[in-house]
Amino acid sequence: MSSTLLSRLLVLPVLAGFALTGCSSLPGGDGASGKDGEDIVTIYSGRNENLVGPVIDKLEEITGVEVEVRYGDSAELAAQLLEEGDRSQADLFFSQDAGALGALAKEGRLATLDESVTGSVLAGYADTEHHWVATSARARVIAFDPEQAPEVEKMTSIDDLLDPTYEGKIGIAPTNASFQSFVTALRVDRGEDGAREWLQALKDNDPQIYDKNGAILDAVDKGEVALGLINHYYWYEKQDEVGADQLNAKIHFLGSDDPGALINVAGVGVLSSSDNVKGATKVIEYFLSEEGQRYFTDETSEYPVVPGVEARDGLVALEKLEGSSVDLNHLDSLATTLDLLDEVGLT
Amino acid sequence: MHSPTAARPRSRQISGKPPWFLLVPGLVAAAVALLPVAYLVIRAFDSGTGRVLEVLARDRTIELVVRSLLLTGAVTTACVLIGLLFAFLVVRSDLPWRRTLGVLAALPLAIPSYIAAFAWVASPFDMSGFRGAFLVLTASCYPYVYLPVVAAMRGIDPATEEVARGLGKSAWQAFWSVTARQVRPAAAGGALLAALYTLSDFGAVSLLRYDVFTRVIYSSYRSSFDRTPAAILSLLLVVITVTIVVGESRLRAASEHVRVGGGTARTPTLIRLGRWRWVAGSTVVGVLGLALVFPMVSLSYWSATGLSRGVDTSRLVESAITTAWFALLGMIACVLLAVPVGVLAARYRGRGSAFIEQATFAGHALPGIVIALALVFFGIRYAMPIYQRTPMLVLAYAVLFLPMAVTSVRSSVAMSSPRVEEVARSLGKTRGQVLRQVTLPLAAPGIAAGAALVLLTAMKELPATLLLQPTGSRTLATSLWTETGIAAYAAAAPYGLGLVLLAVLPTLVLMKVQAGR
Repeated sequence: MSSTLLSRLLVLPVLAGFALTGCSSLPGGDGASGKDGEDIVTIYSGRNENLVGPVIDKLEEITGVEVEVRYGDSAELAAQLLEEGDRSQADLFFSQDAGALGALAKEGRLATLDESVTGSVLAGYADTEHHWVATSARARVIAFDPEQAPEVEKMTSIDDLLDPTYEGKIGIAPTNASFQSFVTALRVDRGEDGAREWLQALKDNDPQIYDKNGAILDAVDKGEVALGLINHYYWYEKQDEVGADQLNAKIHFLGSDDPGALINVAGVGVLSSSDNVKGATKVIEYFLSEEGQRYFTDETSEYPVVPGVEARDGLVALEKLEGSSVDLNHLDSLATTLDLLDEVGLT
Repeated sequence: MHSPTAARPRSRQISGKPPWFLLVPGLVAAAVALLPVAYLVIRAFDSGTGRVLEVLARDRTIELVVRSLLLTGAVTTACVLIGLLFAFLVVRSDLPWRRTLGVLAALPLAIPSYIAAFAWVASPFDMSGFRGAFLVLTASCYPYVYLPVVAAMRGIDPATEEVARGLGKSAWQAFWSVTARQVRPAAAGGALLAALYTLSDFGAVSLLRYDVFTRVIYSSYRSSFDRTPAAILSLLLVVITVTIVVGESRLRAASEHVRVGGGTARTPTLIRLGRWRWVAGSTVVGVLGLALVFPMVSLSYWSATGLSRGVDTSRLVESAITTAWFALLGMIACVLLAVPVGVLAARYRGRGSAFIEQATFAGHALPGIVIALALVFFGIRYAMPIYQRTPMLVLAYAVLFLPMAVTSVRSSVAMSSPRVEEVARSLGKTRGQVLRQVTLPLAAPGIAAGAALVLLTAMKELPATLLLQPTGSRTLATSLWTETGIAAYAAAAPYGLGLVLLAVLPTLVLMKVQAGR
């Protein structure tokens, strides 16, 4: 037995040499990345492949631009882009939130976009320095169990959550970027002391901690908690997955100038090291075209950001939606938000 | 005929300097393994020593270190107890169906901890917090102790116990005083892997909502977009790791035993359990129920739901083939680097080889994202032609999983006596011939076991695969991540099941290799 094993072990160096000299013809081989020339647009996408893969396929077909996508977590890809520096092969960064784009812009990694691009979206949905532009928007909502907390439907402010009735019955995801953006909006809106006071009161109400919006919605749906803070489209996705009659949980928009009614965005920026700014710009233009916007509206249940494109059934148009008046460009102070969450002990 | 030898620990080494053909590849392995540490030092001290001290002194840092160490201590202790008990029951007791149970006991290794955690989260039971993290990680990690201890127990010549019996000890006393002592190095090596896995785990603790050290590192990347605090905290993790590794090697140094020859086919005396067999039997069944049956039932349930809604089969197959291919290459690279390190560590104990061995462990408790970013940093600067190509990912797997292979190689080489090699030398063989014709064949089963361990662990890897794999390729783990990213449990489950089934193969090989000893 030992001798046959040994002979097998001796084959290994040969195989390894083979591996190290390149093996692109084998499964999972290097594909097209080897020929990254001027005409291919390489996208680092922090948005999920299942969500944006189809729209990227479509844009290749319509615009004729050849695209390669690497998927990952937005923040991890931002860290990767920062480590790669000027040698990066990425042309476009497609982020789940404005924060990761802001972090790259701050380090000078994003090129300035043409004003015709940033000007084509609704006011307030592009970076004022033209480093990035939103492609779709999402609203913070309260998911609730209509049996346990029917009165949520009448709420207009997050202060209503501090009622002792909800002790131990609120679901939040404090490590999730969407909750942290909300807390940043809270800080911008009410100042550091006001935000600390609210968070402390929330903590005293013993909220249940989850790691994702989806987990909160599941908990609300099962009745484990009475209500939870999530993004609106999780509810639409869940409805599409299980069917409208199987979904017990409902959602409520606060519909007022309140940090709990924050509207956040997904967006794109072109890398300053890109060798294909032209192609990358074409990709952005497709995302902002009527067809691209319809995709985000119908398939991912988000809000379109271009005037004239209607939102999904049951959603109030973005222009008319009463939401937090906090400027998204002021949501780049996440580090301070984290310190505050640490201080209060919500992590 | 093999004769039992209770050689004294200090005579285990070979005198003289290690040969170049071990030292040079050993140093290469150490250099590769230290890449992440080098990166962390560059990143951490980028913004000055003041910042480093400030991050380290935060109350939360200290609190989370304590929480991490508590979890690690509890999981490791439980793993050692379960691993030793199971190995004893399978190899040395008269427990009914012990062969079948012995194979089943290794299988939780095939279930990634994040999948086990997902099974609990998707269930009606509330397992969040410490108890859930403890249960899931213990279930995932005890095979790290169980497998090497089984191998060590099977490898021990029954003659040593027979001598003890001849001196008037009972079967149980003989087992306790002879065999139990001899498996200590194997148990300590396994406990080390379990401890480092627990420290580095992110998936299970985040799903089960237990706040530990790795979560601060991740949240530092994910929400402050600041790589400096993450690097500083990661360096702290390296310091903790090195402390644990050095502690383990001291423990091991005090208790290594060797014998001459490759092993006998004789079965040792079985210890009768008597009325304890029911207690032992129900313990085994209980642990397997929690560690294996429950997650598999949950995963099968969700897979059935997912498959009935239609799953892209070609994507599933493509992901499985890619997973196997990447993991196979990673395994080969790991074994090639681990053989010189393991032989050096077992045979030439000195400052140099101790450094090389411990260096390969330094980054083993780092979360995958840190290793991945380190390789992004060095890869794009110094290895652009292979950046985001297969060789780069293989290198990442080598850095991540080298210690698993090193542990296996070292402990299997250490169990054979250097005297055999000296005899071969005296018969005129060169040192290279001795290595090829004597040392490695004797250690082959252990090396194969290490290779299988790397293979099945590499299949489960996610963060480094996402950042470094060739553009456009998909593995089972990345597909699973894509599906769970939008909370589609049912759609994700078939990939999870595929991953477990693929990982069962190397696990069975692992068992077979060791049973064949």
